[in-house]
Amino acid sequence: MAPSTSSAITLNINGEKHALPVDHRTTLLDALREHLDLTGTKKGCDHGQCGACTVLLDGRRAVSCLQLAVAAEGREITTIEGVADGEQLHPVQQAFLDLDGYQCGYCTPGQICSAIAVIEEHAAGWPSAVTDDVRPEAGPPPLTAEEIRERMSGNLCRCGAYVSIVQAVAQAAEAEQKTKEAAA
Amino acid sequence: MREFGYRRVHDVPGALALLGADPDARCLGGGTNLVDLMKAGVERPGLLIDVRELPLDRIAATDGGGLRIGATVTNSDLAAHPEVRRRYPALAQAVLAGASGQLRNMATVGGNLLQRTRCGYFTDPAKPCNKRIPGSGCPALEGEHHNHAILGASEHCVAVHPSDMGVALAAFDAVVSYETVDGPGELPLAEFYLPVGETPHLETALPPGALITGVTLPPAPVAAHSRYRKVRERASYAFAIGSIAAALDVRDGVIRDVRLAFGAVASRPWRAREAERVLTGGPASAEAFAAAADAELAAAEALPHNGYKVTLMRNLVIAMLSELAETDPAELNGGTAR
Repeated sequence: MAPSTSSAITLNINGEKHALPVDHRTTLLDALREHLDLTGTKKGCDHGQCGACTVLLDGRRAVSCLQLAVAAEGREITTIEGVADGEQLHPVQQAFLDLDGYQCGYCTPGQICSAIAVIEEHAAGWPSAVTDDVRPEAGPPPLTAEEIRERMSGNLCRCGAYVSIVQAVAQAAEAEQKTKEAAA
Repeated sequence: MREFGYRRVHDVPGALALLGADPDARCLGGGTNLVDLMKAGVERPGLLIDVRELPLDRIAATDGGGLRIGATVTNSDLAAHPEVRRRYPALAQAVLAGASGQLRNMATVGGNLLQRTRCGYFTDPAKPCNKRIPGSGCPALEGEHHNHAILGASEHCVAVHPSDMGVALAAFDAVVSYETVDGPGELPLAEFYLPVGETPHLETALPPGALITGVTLPPAPVAAHSRYRKVRERASYAFAIGSIAAALDVRDGVIRDVRLAFGAVASRPWRAREAERVLTGGPASAEAFAAAADAELAAAEALPHNGYKVTLMRNLVIAMLSELAETDPAELNGGTAR
């Protein structure tokens, strides 16, 4: 007997549960945009090469165009619509506004979701491809412009707003560091 | 995209039962390559078995200083793991050199080993390709092949394996573990990928219905003094045109142990055993490094547009070994810096 090619699933998006039937071929990106009217997440290349569709899955950044919706059931999905705290913008959103980290804005939701994760990955001590010494004894690398560019390289911006994007990520990371130090 | 069934499994026997019952089934890990190939119509499974929640997501130290890495460990977790970074830094660097932060969060170790070539003829179902349709021909031989193989290829296929992780695993003698309904099995990475020959569509020595459960890295003190370098057409987020994993142990000017593996030059991660043989027991000099590179690359067969790779790999061998020889191994191996 041929297996069923569709399922009734429940997706947990931005803290809310959404029940929907999906053809198994549906990507999370298409489920968000076409089924749930969450159009903040953008479709660019649809092949995992541009980062416009970046969302957070269980707090980690992922490209929603290569994530099947049915396989995202049970995971905590955060989209650009869910990163602010009510009317209070996320520090990364505020930094992109303050420093003009965009031009046309199409890649911006993906850039912001990615940057939120970059700051957390760096705070967790993850090295990157430009970290000279990856051994844990070397300690975490400072979040230099070079580190930010490498860590953000999965998000393309065809307007070329990279200079401001790097500044925005650096400013947001610094602001979060200060908040942490003040709380400590 | 062809329609398909979807089953999520939570234990290995459940996965094996589904795999064994349906020759049209494929395992879904992160999906970063499989889902993309399904969109293109290159992969057409009738059933996806989602293995991401299998209890194979741990990295554990083995007796004597090796590591056992579960098949569903993500690339991100592999590269961030303190013992990977301490014992096999070239492996962490190789993983970090691949793809993007988003893709590394999704991709798994098992899927990384089984990813397919990015040869443009393979990924385009409108084109002939011996790997996709045996006997249909290889347009790359006379077409676009500037990033194709210079070692171990055949007139039937000149595609390269795209993995960065696999290059470091090859250098460190990794062993792939798998399960089948008939029991467990192991394949050294050196035997995991089949020679191209006349059968480029047969890529691995895994038996039918096998599920990769993990990779074991044997203890290798030399690996603590290792590096990975990747050359590509842009600074980040691109596949290699040539890469190298290297480890070196020099005492009193004599090479005691050396590991070398090349990426993006063959249908599999290429362990440079001939170069290692030439180097072992000899001096750690630029001349010796060049002679070793030449010995390994003597077997290279370049196509009209990829001859640059021979020069590139020669230069990479010399540069990487010189860098490792010049770095104080006591400092690198001692783990006392900062």
